[in-house]
Amino acid sequence: MPTRWRRIVIFILSLLPLVVLVVKAATNHLGADPQKAVVLFIGTWTFYFLLITLSVTPLKKLAKQGWLMAHRRMLGLFTLFYAVLHMISYFVFILGLDFSSFGAELVKRPYILLTIPAIILLIILGITSTKGMMRKLGKNWVKLHKGIYIVAVLAWVHVLLQVRSSYADAVLFGVLTLALLGIRIFWWQQKKSAQV
Amino acid sequence: MIINKLADIRTSEITPEHIYLARRDFMRGTIASGLLGAATLSSSNVFADSSYSAAENANKGPEWLNQKIAQAKADQQKLTESLTPYDSVTGHNNFYEFGYDKTDPAKKSQNFKPHPWQVEITGAVGKPGKYNLEDLLKGIDLEERVYRLRCVEAWSMVIPWVGFSLASLLKRFEPDSKAQYVSFVTLKDAKQFPEQKSVLSTIDWPYREGLRIDEAMHPLTILAVGLYGKTLPNQNGAPLRLVVPWKYGFKSIKSIVKIELSEHQPQTTWNQIAPAEYGFYANVNPTVDHPRWTQARERRLPSGLFSPNIIPTQMFNGYAEQVASLYKDQDLKKYY
Ligand code: HEM
Repeated sequence: MPTRWRRIVIFILSLLPLVVLVVKAATNHLGADPQKAVVLFIGTWTFYFLLITLSVTPLKKLAKQGWLMAHRRMLGLFTLFYAVLHMISYFVFILGLDFSSFGAELVKRPYILLTIPAIILLIILGITSTKGMMRKLGKNWVKLHKGIYIVAVLAWVHVLLQVRSSYADAVLFGVLTLALLGIRIFWWQQKKSAQV
Repeated sequence: MIINKLADIRTSEITPEHIYLARRDFMRGTIASGLLGAATLSSSNVFADSSYSAAENANKGPEWLNQKIAQAKADQQKLTESLTPYDSVTGHNNFYEFGYDKTDPAKKSQNFKPHPWQVEITGAVGKPGKYNLEDLLKGIDLEERVYRLRCVEAWSMVIPWVGFSLASLLKRFEPDSKAQYVSFVTLKDAKQFPEQKSVLSTIDWPYREGLRIDEAMHPLTILAVGLYGKTLPNQNGAPLRLVVPWKYGFKSIKSIVKIELSEHQPQTTWNQIAPAEYGFYANVNPTVDHPRWTQARERRLPSGLFSPNIIPTQMFNGYAEQVASLYKDQDLKKYY
């Protein structure tokens, strides 16, 4: 399949969670507490996209799926897209657009506060994801985009701090995040020792 | 194991006069405060009719219990707030023994067997023993109670329970002077409660809850065996659950197999998991936040996606007039 076709397929697939959500909302399938269901659904998919984006490089190196590299940018932008949507849904459905209480909420709730640097980082990465920016930033582009690792750690702590009755989500996201970051640390160590 | 049979005693014979009087005061008090209204369902209860028939259709309870429930006395002071429809009451539950999603209890409780059922009553009582539910309910008159239910997660419902006052039951077992607290335990049976096997759960099964004796004896505190005029669906805590309307929902323990009276404050599940988040008292209190969300407001379910039904939370869930006196010397910010 030519890259352009793949691009269209991945684009459509990436929109599917949103389509599912809209259909559920329209047909009253979000349960008795739809506001919360929306925030959790989109938050969960934000994390999935973050993990998918982080899988591209390991899949290239380990499974020889180099073609994915051409789609890394789009997957990253979908992570940003869902993160922003998750935040907006929090503003609309949990905060009730009462922005005057947002400051107080941030101060009192570390699990929300720590998503602010994450979302700012994601926005910066999104803005600098163009070819032009890549060229302009040169070597620094790679350094800057390592920021996604910080986003991943913050996102995981965000989920960990929400543990109530089950560690399932925290463990699922934790293991996957750890694996995807761990393999990079391993490569980095290898490279370092090769250089010595 | 000895299964005791209880003599057929009328509750009225064993309920001490002061509790009756307290209940009468409560009726007068609430009607005067304007919180509660007409004796019949008000027109704002748009879901009521369809919900009662939905309960009828879904009902799986045993005949003896349904008959008993059918004779339940109507709630004389029904809340004028709209009843939460049956679908929401039975489709949106926290019952972690069945799963962590709000829809898990409805989906995964189909094979749960609430009958036959036994309840053990032990500790500081004159007549300890293990009783069949049927014997336990002998001589007890059921009544409908329409209560607000406020979950600690900031959502709420209005539910027409069918049950009886916990005090009327406890009296029959002759609590002694050491009975300062009452603790409750949910069934532990990983065959019926799949999540009790989970290694990822934060909960040390079985689920436990407790009340101070004056809270347990308060006329608002009931044990429920039904809702919407039929036996309790499994996901709502069949066959026997506690309902303490001025406390967060997690206090109202489900599927009770053991009631123990004791001298010391018992360990309770959520307090054990996260003492900074869930106190032993867990009285509904809009001025004491949960660390991760405000308790000043609640989403009254069902809440539409774009027509959110967000209302201010009331002190003691709107039952301050009846229960505030229980805590008059207590710092509720400290003992939350
Ligand atoms: C990198 C970005 C983010 C990711 C990957 C993410 C992921 C998640 C996930 C997976 C959950 C569900 C946790 C669970 O149930 O186990 C969640 C919940 C939540 N997130 Fe995020 N999140 C992100 C950013 C944000 C931001 C920017 C905000 C708000 C400013 C936010 C606010 C919330 C809130 C309030 C909840 C809890 C909803 C509730 O239970 O009431 N998140 N998030």
